[in-house]
Amino acid sequence: MSDPMRIRAQIMGGAVDVRVLMAHEMETGQRKDAAGKTVPAWFIQNVSATHNGKIILSAQWGPAVSKNPFLSFRFTGGKVGEKVIVTWVDNKGDKRTDEVAIA
Amino acid sequence: MKPANVAAASLNRQAQLIASVMFLIIGFALSTASHAQTTKVAAAVAKAKQDAAPPKSIDPTLREIEKYREALADGNPADLWEARGEDLWKQKRGPNKVSLEQCDLGLGEGVVKGVYASLPKYFADTDKVEDLETRLVTCMVLLQGFTYEQAKKAPFGSADNRSTMEALVAYVTANSRGTKMRVALNHPKEKEAFEIGKKMFFHRGGSHDFSCATCHAQDNIRIRLQELPNLTKQAPAQRAYTSWPAYRVSQGELRTFQWRLFDCFRQQRFPELDFTSQGSVALTMYLARNANDGVLTAPSIKR
Amino acid sequence: MKTYLPSILLVTLIAAPTLVFAQVKADNATTVMTKSFKERGQAKLDRLNQDKAMAACTEYATKPMPSKVAAAITAENLAAIPFPKDGNYLGDWKAGERIAQSGVGKQFSDNPANPSGGNCYACHQLSPQELSYGTIGASLYQFGKNRAYSPEIAKYAYGKIYNSQAYLACSNMPRFGHNQILTEAQIKDLVALLMNPESPVNK
Repeated sequence: MSDPMRIRAQIMGGAVDVRVLMAHEMETGQRKDAAGKTVPAWFIQNVSATHNGKIILSAQWGPAVSKNPFLSFRFTGGKVGEKVIVTWVDNKGDKRTDEVAIA
Repeated sequence: MKPANVAAASLNRQAQLIASVMFLIIGFALSTASHAQTTKVAAAVAKAKQDAAPPKSIDPTLREIEKYREALADGNPADLWEARGEDLWKQKRGPNKVSLEQCDLGLGEGVVKGVYASLPKYFADTDKVEDLETRLVTCMVLLQGFTYEQAKKAPFGSADNRSTMEALVAYVTANSRGTKMRVALNHPKEKEAFEIGKKMFFHRGGSHDFSCATCHAQDNIRIRLQELPNLTKQAPAQRAYTSWPAYRVSQGELRTFQWRLFDCFRQQRFPELDFTSQGSVALTMYLARNANDGVLTAPSIKR
Repeated sequence: MKTYLPSILLVTLIAAPTLVFAQVKADNATTVMTKSFKERGQAKLDRLNQDKAMAACTEYATKPMPSKVAAAITAENLAAIPFPKDGNYLGDWKAGERIAQSGVGKQFSDNPANPSGGNCYACHQLSPQELSYGTIGASLYQFGKNRAYSPEIAKYAYGKIYNSQAYLACSNMPRFGHNQILTEAQIKDLVALLMNPESPVNK
């Protein structure tokens, strides 16, 4: 069971500014542990954000994204109180969805 | 609201108008005050972060590194530890199935706000000077019924082995952001801890003849590209101490002050500093006291 | 003045024991310190011990050291340097650069079977290509060139790396030979890094 994302969505300068902190190990699959064994790859592959049922961001990530990734983006058309929903899916098939109300 | 409406209704029209305007002003003043409080904390933190940056006259290399730090500042993963820590603080745990919400961290039972600024301090119930981590261990033992061994186990987390301690420290210190350091030396044991910490700071030993002072008692030096604060002087001591605990990007973990001391001693080629040992608290006392009047920005983010 | 005297006396009586108390208790700092460490890996508790030089340097850490004490430290440490019997101080500068770059050795996280490095770049500038250097020690860029590649300087460099206390009492620099961090061969490689005209340090 993964840790919740920390999401902030605020109206700033005529658009909604969204900042998401995700808790994920983001293992590249290239690291070796103390015993010399390769630590298996484990990273977020897909990120999507929706607002009012519409996809406002869609991303495909790879092992170059670092641990506990921080994502920030802006979109127009959002109003205070409306929800922004963020979902990630990793290479093991685990997924996590969290939401926030626009402030 | 009811008495005010009744009062307004019984007055003539002019008085009604005056009353409404007054309520508007008071309401506005109150909301501004609470907003001002939050803004005050944010301003204090912003100023502290600005003060924490090395002076512009220093080493151009360091100025470039500061730009990197500014870029890192948003989206500090320490927030994740803080969230986990808040859950752990409120969760009923241990053989006694009790939360930590009655824990006295120095400002009264259950008080979390601002406590980090006055630690380490003397606690009568254990008759010892304790820093935050020692105090959390005490509460886990005395309130939740853990053994000392259980409470002190694996304090420094890794990907496979999460640390309860680091999460709790993140939560507690986040609630002291914006507060000025005010470590007191009132009790004789507090004075003693300071003196012992000072002696430890200057003790040269190990295969490399290092003491803390080898790296931390001069102005404007760096090891490789990492600048070294002069911890014997107030301004650099303030900048350094108030930024711990911190999310250490290179570790991928939130690291506490006990960790910082432990890892310094490892690199000094000393044996292992025992977690929450009397010496570790004494050294923390010396360094925290030197940082008095510094504004806490922790949990921060570091390379 | 007369009316204040009793108060002054009272304050002094109260304050004095506190001051004395602090001094007395600080002397048990060594006991507290020893109790606060535990051995791990190759780092045993004897790492906390101090020889005469380190005890003196600790005692005078925050006050001026009498010249007699300093002279005794340098004399004792200089006498303890076993200079190479063949009088040859220069090894392989390429190996020296690797030793200067490596920071491993003697930590409880290090494997004692592996050779230690000198970690010279932690404190010194050396080859101009290496931008990541420290400023705890003086820049060693063009060390040999600036000293006309003198053989006496080569011997001094060997001695300084072997035992820095022999030349500067309470120097912050580790005693790489004296404390068995580096071997004679490794120190010669470092001297070559400093003194060989072909070394990047002198380019």
